[in-house]
Amino acid sequence: MTGLSFRLVQASLAALFALFPAAAFAQVGQPVQGQLGFQDSVTPIMDSIVSFHDHLLMWVITGIVLMVLVLLIIVILRFNQRTNPVPARFTHNTLIEVVWTVVPVLILIVIAIPSFGVLADQETVPDGERLYLGSAIFSGGNVEVPEPTLTIKATGYQWYWGYEYVDDGFDFVSVMLNDEQLATTKPDEPRLLAVDQEIVVPVNTTVRVLVTAADVLHAFAVPSFGIKVDAVPGRLNETWFNARKTGMYYGQCSELCGKDHAFMPIAVRVVEQDQYDAWLAAAETGDFTGANMLLAQAD
Amino acid sequence: MAQAQAELAHDNHGTPTGWKRWFYSTNHKDIGTLYLYFAIFAGVIGGALSGFMRWELAEPGIQIFPGLAQLVYGVSADASIDAGKHMFNVFTTAHGLIMVFFVVMPAVIGGFGNWFVPLMIGAPDMAFPRMNNISFWLLPSALLLLLISLFMEGPPGAMGSGGGWTVYPPYATAGQPGPAVDFVILSIHIAGASSILGAINFITTIFNMRAPGMTMFKMPLFPWAVLVTAFLLLIALPVLAGAITMLLTDRNFGTAFFDPAGGGDPILYQHLFWFFGHPEVYIMILPGFGMISHIISTFSRKPIFGYLAMVYAMIAIGAVGFIVWAHHMYTSGISLDTQRYFVAATMIIAVPTGVKIFSWIATMWGGSIRFTTPMLWAIGFIFLFTVGGVTGVVLANAGADRALHDTYYVVAHFHYVLSLGAVFTIFAGWYYWFPKMYGVMYNEFLGKLHFWIMFIGVNLIFFPQHFLGLAGMPRRYIDYPDAYTFWNSVSSWGYVVTIVGMFVFLVAMIDAWSRKRKAADNPWGEGATTLEWTLSSPPPYHQFENLPRFK
Repeated sequence: MTGLSFRLVQASLAALFALFPAAAFAQVGQPVQGQLGFQDSVTPIMDSIVSFHDHLLMWVITGIVLMVLVLLIIVILRFNQRTNPVPARFTHNTLIEVVWTVVPVLILIVIAIPSFGVLADQETVPDGERLYLGSAIFSGGNVEVPEPTLTIKATGYQWYWGYEYVDDGFDFVSVMLNDEQLATTKPDEPRLLAVDQEIVVPVNTTVRVLVTAADVLHAFAVPSFGIKVDAVPGRLNETWFNARKTGMYYGQCSELCGKDHAFMPIAVRVVEQDQYDAWLAAAETGDFTGANMLLAQAD
Repeated sequence: MAQAQAELAHDNHGTPTGWKRWFYSTNHKDIGTLYLYFAIFAGVIGGALSGFMRWELAEPGIQIFPGLAQLVYGVSADASIDAGKHMFNVFTTAHGLIMVFFVVMPAVIGGFGNWFVPLMIGAPDMAFPRMNNISFWLLPSALLLLLISLFMEGPPGAMGSGGGWTVYPPYATAGQPGPAVDFVILSIHIAGASSILGAINFITTIFNMRAPGMTMFKMPLFPWAVLVTAFLLLIALPVLAGAITMLLTDRNFGTAFFDPAGGGDPILYQHLFWFFGHPEVYIMILPGFGMISHIISTFSRKPIFGYLAMVYAMIAIGAVGFIVWAHHMYTSGISLDTQRYFVAATMIIAVPTGVKIFSWIATMWGGSIRFTTPMLWAIGFIFLFTVGGVTGVVLANAGADRALHDTYYVVAHFHYVLSLGAVFTIFAGWYYWFPKMYGVMYNEFLGKLHFWIMFIGVNLIFFPQHFLGLAGMPRRYIDYPDAYTFWNSVSSWGYVVTIVGMFVFLVAMIDAWSRKRKAADNPWGEGATTLEWTLSSPPPYHQFENLPRFK
C-alpha cells in the first residue's frame, strides 16, 4: 500500500521534474562561472541530494514564497486606503487558522519522508546488500552500492591535508599549488583548487574516508560527491563515496581553521581500475612522480 | 497625606541634565535612547567591517587586506599577505560579534524594549531602574574590550581573534595563544551579564507593573515578545557563560574541557555554544515580530488578527528554539539518530513561524492600508523573512545540509532572517516610534527612499550568495576560485547600493532633527491603539504617575 502511494507520488513528481529548468553546466568536479545550482553529481549520494533539493525542496519553497508574494500583492492592491476606505474589524477565523497550521505540517511530512531516507543513505557505509536511493528519493531504494574496498584516512593540518592509504601502507601530504607552481606544473587546472598530489581512486569503487585533524578543526568536503564531514582532533569521523565517472573532483576546507583556511583544497582524481592499479604499484614504492607520470600517459 | 507629600517631592526633583542625565540615568526612556544610539554607533563599525570584506571579495585574488594590515598594524610589506589573511578572519569575527551583541540586541531589547515596554503596559518606569543603568553601561565596556582585542596578539605573530563569532576550540584555545581571544571572551561575558540583568528587569516589570486591568492576555504583543525574549536570554546566556568560562580556563589554567589530549572534547563546546546560539537568533528576531504586529495593525487600521495564536506562536518558537541546537552541527560527526531527531525538531519551528506570517497578512486583509515608511519596512520584512525562512527549511534537512553546510548558502540564509529580517524590524520600529520618542516627524519621502534603496541593495548582496553556496563556495574565505567571481561581484555591488541607502538614512535623520517638524501625540491616527500614543510626543520625563485604567 505504502509502496504504491510512494510510486504514485514519485510518478507525479517526475512529471513536475520535467518542467523544472535544469541548471546544467558542462564542467564536472568544479564550479562554473555564473552557476545557479549544485555542481554535477557523480555519486548516488549526491544524486539523492540533487533530487531532494532541486526536485522537491525548490518546488516547495518557491511555491511558498510566491504564495506569500501574491497574497501581499493582493493585500496591497485591494486593501489600501483608496480602494478600501473602511477597514473590516474581524480578528478571528478558526477555519483558516486551522488550515494554515495543518497544511504546513502536511508539507513538512512530505519533505521529511525523503529527507530521512537521504540522510540515512549518507550516514550508512555500504555493506553490499543495502539499497540506496540515488535519484529516486521516494523509491525506498534501488541503487546497489558495493561495500568499501579502499580506505583512505584524511588528516587536516594547518594548512594542508595528509592522506594515508590505510590498507596499502603509504601516505603523502597534499598542498595547494601557488600561482607560480600552477603555471609551471598544472596550467590547465583551476587556481586555489589544484594541489601538488591529489588523492587517486578507482572509478565505481566504494571508498571509505576516515577524517580527523591534527591541530584545529577542518572539514573534508567534495561537492560533486555530496560529502562533507568535520575533521576533529581526537576523533575519527567516517564518510564514503562511490564515483561513477572518471575525472578530477575538487573540494575545499569547510571549517574555519586560520589564515590559510581558503588555501587547503581537496582534490580527488577518479581513474579507471587498471590505471589505479598501475598508480598504486608505483605509489607503494614511494615513487609518486613516476606514479603520476603513468596517469598522465594514460590520459 | 504622606502620599500627597511623596507626590509633591516627586514633582519637584526636576529633570537632570548633561552628565547626570545620561551617565547616572535611571529613566527607562533615556536609557532606551542610549541603547539606540549605542546600536547605531556599533552598527556603523560592524557595517564598515563588512564593507572591507565585500570590497576584498569583489574580485578573486587578495587585494585589500594586505594594504589594510600595513596601514592598521604597521606590518612590513613582506609580512602583509599573511597578516592580511588573518585580518580578514578577524573582520569576519568582529562583524558577527558586533552585529549580534552590540547592534541587534541593544536595539531591539535595550532600545525599543526599554522605551516601549513600560509605556505599552502603562508602567511609570522599569522595575529596577538602577539595574537598568548598569545593564546599559556594561555594554560600552564590552564593546571596548572587543575593539581592544583587534590590537592584541591572536595566533603567533598576528593581531586579533580570527576564529569566527562561534570561537570554536581548538582554534580558539591552542590555535590562538595570544590575549586577543581572552579579550573577546571577557567582552562576551560582560555583554552577557548586561543582557541577563536586562532580562531580569523586563520579566519583573512585565509580570508586576502592568496597568490595573491589563491581564497577561490583554497585554500588547510587543511586551509579550520582549517577555519571551527575556526568558530565552535568562536560560540561554548562562550556558554560554559556562562554555566560554571553560574556554578561558582551557586557555589559561591548564584545564582540558575541550582538548582531547586531556580527555576533553571539542564537540562538547559546540553543543554548549549552540544551546545558547540557537535561542540567540530568536532573541534577535522575536522583539521585531512584536513590533511588526503593531505596525501592520496600525497602518491597516485593523486589530491584530489572531492575537492569542500570535502569543502562543512566540512562546512555541521560544520553547522549541531550545531543542534544535545541533542542526548547526550536522557535519560534526554526530550520530545518525541524533541528526534524525534534530531534523524533525527543527522543521517543527516552521509551523509557528508560518502562523505568524499568515496572521500578519490576515491582519492586512480587509484593512485600509496606508503605505507610510514604517509600513513599507514591515511589508518588506514579511517578504524577506519568508525568503530567509524557507531556506531555513532547506537547511533543517541534514541530508540537504550536507551539501550546504558552511557554504555561502548559510550566509545568505541567516542574513535574510537577520540582516534583512531583524534589521528591517529595527528600521520599521525606528520610523514608527521616531515621532513618539523625539517629538519630531521625519520626512516621508526620505524615509521611503531609504527603504527602496536599501531593499534593492541588501537583496543584491545576499540573493546571489544562495547561488554561490549551492555551487559550493565555503564561508569565511578571503579568496575564491575564479568561477565564483560573477556572483561575488554582484554581491559587492549590492553593498555599494546599501551604503547609498544608509547615506539617505543619515540625510533623513539630519533633516528630521534640523527641521524639527512638531509631531502630534498620535501621528498615525485611529489604528494606533496602544498606550504610548495616549501620551504627549515626546512623552513626559515621568509618565503614568496616575496609573491608567485598562478596560
